[in-house]
Amino acid sequence: MIPFDFEYYRPESLTEAVQTYETLISQSKTVLYYSGGTEFLTFSRVNQLYADAIIDLKGIPECNVLELQEDQLVIGSAVSLNNITESNLYPLLGQTVKKIADHTSRNKISIGGNLHSRLIYREAVLPLLVADATVKLTGNDGETVHPLKDLFNQELKINPGQFIVQINISKDYTTLPFVSLKKTKISKVGYPVVSIAALVKERQIRAALSGVCPYPFRSSEIESVLNNSSLTKEEKIEKAGTLLPSPIIEDIQASRDYREFVFKNTLLETLEALEAAQA
Amino acid sequence: MISNGTSKTVVKLHVNGETRDVMIRSADTLLETLREQLGLTGAKRACQNGDCGACTVLVNGEPMHACLSLSIETVNQPIMTIEGLRNSSIQQEFVDKWAIQCGYCTPGFILNCHALANKRPDADDETIEEWMQSNLCRCTGYQEIKEAVKSVLQNHKNDSAS
Ligand SMILES: Cc1cc2nc3c(=O)[nH]c(=O)nc-3n(C[C@H](O)[C@H](O)[C@H](O)COP(=O)(O)OP(=O)(O)OC[C@H]3O[C@@H](n4cnc5c(N)ncnc54)[C@H](O)[C@@H]3O)c2cc1C
Ligand code: FES
Ligand code: FES
Repeated sequence: MIPFDFEYYRPESLTEAVQTYETLISQSKTVLYYSGGTEFLTFSRVNQLYADAIIDLKGIPECNVLELQEDQLVIGSAVSLNNITESNLYPLLGQTVKKIADHTSRNKISIGGNLHSRLIYREAVLPLLVADATVKLTGNDGETVHPLKDLFNQELKINPGQFIVQINISKDYTTLPFVSLKKTKISKVGYPVVSIAALVKERQIRAALSGVCPYPFRSSEIESVLNNSSLTKEEKIEKAGTLLPSPIIEDIQASRDYREFVFKNTLLETLEALEAAQA
Repeated sequence: MISNGTSKTVVKLHVNGETRDVMIRSADTLLETLREQLGLTGAKRACQNGDCGACTVLVNGEPMHACLSLSIETVNQPIMTIEGLRNSSIQQEFVDKWAIQCGYCTPGFILNCHALANKRPDADDETIEEWMQSNLCRCTGYQEIKEAVKSVLQNHKNDSAS
């Protein structure tokens, strides 16, 4: 049982959502946006999260869009991970989010919720970082559009009261050769020891990783090593291991040494699979 | 805009084809409301964390963890619990294939399987595995459960063809 009471609001428009937030904040309430709600429910049940009010974004039409609009793929923030996979509109994203949680949970978990998760994994961000996605936010200052890489530095950095309305990806990225790999401790369902999403654009590999460091990342230094044709695959992998943005994590999923081993193997598998995908 | 304050409120839920009044807090999960207010104890409480699938129900025909939904979120949406599948052929197939030991996980498996048969009647082994990975069986009757699921899908296909 959730050990506190809160107010629930389900607005039907972006303006109504922002106004509701502003009204509640002016009453000194703690307010959270709510989409799939799985993180809010699991954290609040054990008293690790508190809100006086939640604003459910699922009733807002713009947050439920999932379609190609001219040369852009538009994904509403409240769209469930399963709907993204089933649409097959951006197969790298579809395959990556298909490895998050389990099928039933993915009917509820939203892409907006995953990008703004408190957990360190946020695996949906990987295919978006390599595709130079942009993000439409709304809040008290109105709607703004930003390159995802400007908002996502280890985690999503947005102002209080702002929320993601939509994510846009140029259609060109949706048909490129790609690889999505996730290695877990034992079962297929689980948090990643290593998760990688990679694609090839204009003969250049782009790759983003989760599970290795305490946050997901895309690294230009690692990519330039992976694209350095004077190095062997083994040299690329060795060098990439020295360029990680933080020390490798050690937790219940895997020790540091084991994670490093899995990271290197996964990178090798990625390079080989990308070669095959381009053949 | 649907809204609900911090005090208890009466709302209508559409469960197993009936409209039922329930008195809920905004903070009540669907699992709590089904079990404690409607006596629909087929949805089982276990991890309450989305990990085990014992609480699975169908919302709009999709399998959902009732522990990961607020009751207020499901207003105006059709909900099906295992009680909505009383005396159905799918139940008999689980019995016939010995896919039940202690039975705690069974309602979740059956509802998930029912949704799979309706949504993906041609599901291949990989899809069956992907869907069924959402449910854990502590008695480890996975082989029998898999056979029951396959038999349900096959019968569903035969019924649709005839
Ligand atoms: C069983 C299970 C297994 C999991 N396994 C994995 C895994 O393998 N890999 C992984 O990456 N994650 C995993 N997760 C974590 C999950 O992806 C995150 O907890 C995610 O936040 C849940 O999304 P939601 O839509 O349900 O969240 P919500 O609870 O609705 O929201 C989560 C956070 O995001 C904020 N938020 C929601 N929508 C928006 C928006 N539109 N704009 C801005 N902020 C918003 C909320 O305020 C809240 O702080 C798992 C979760 C579960 C329940
Ligand atoms: S009780 Fe809901 S998933 Fe375990
Ligand atoms: S039959 Fe006992 S938990 Fe599955």
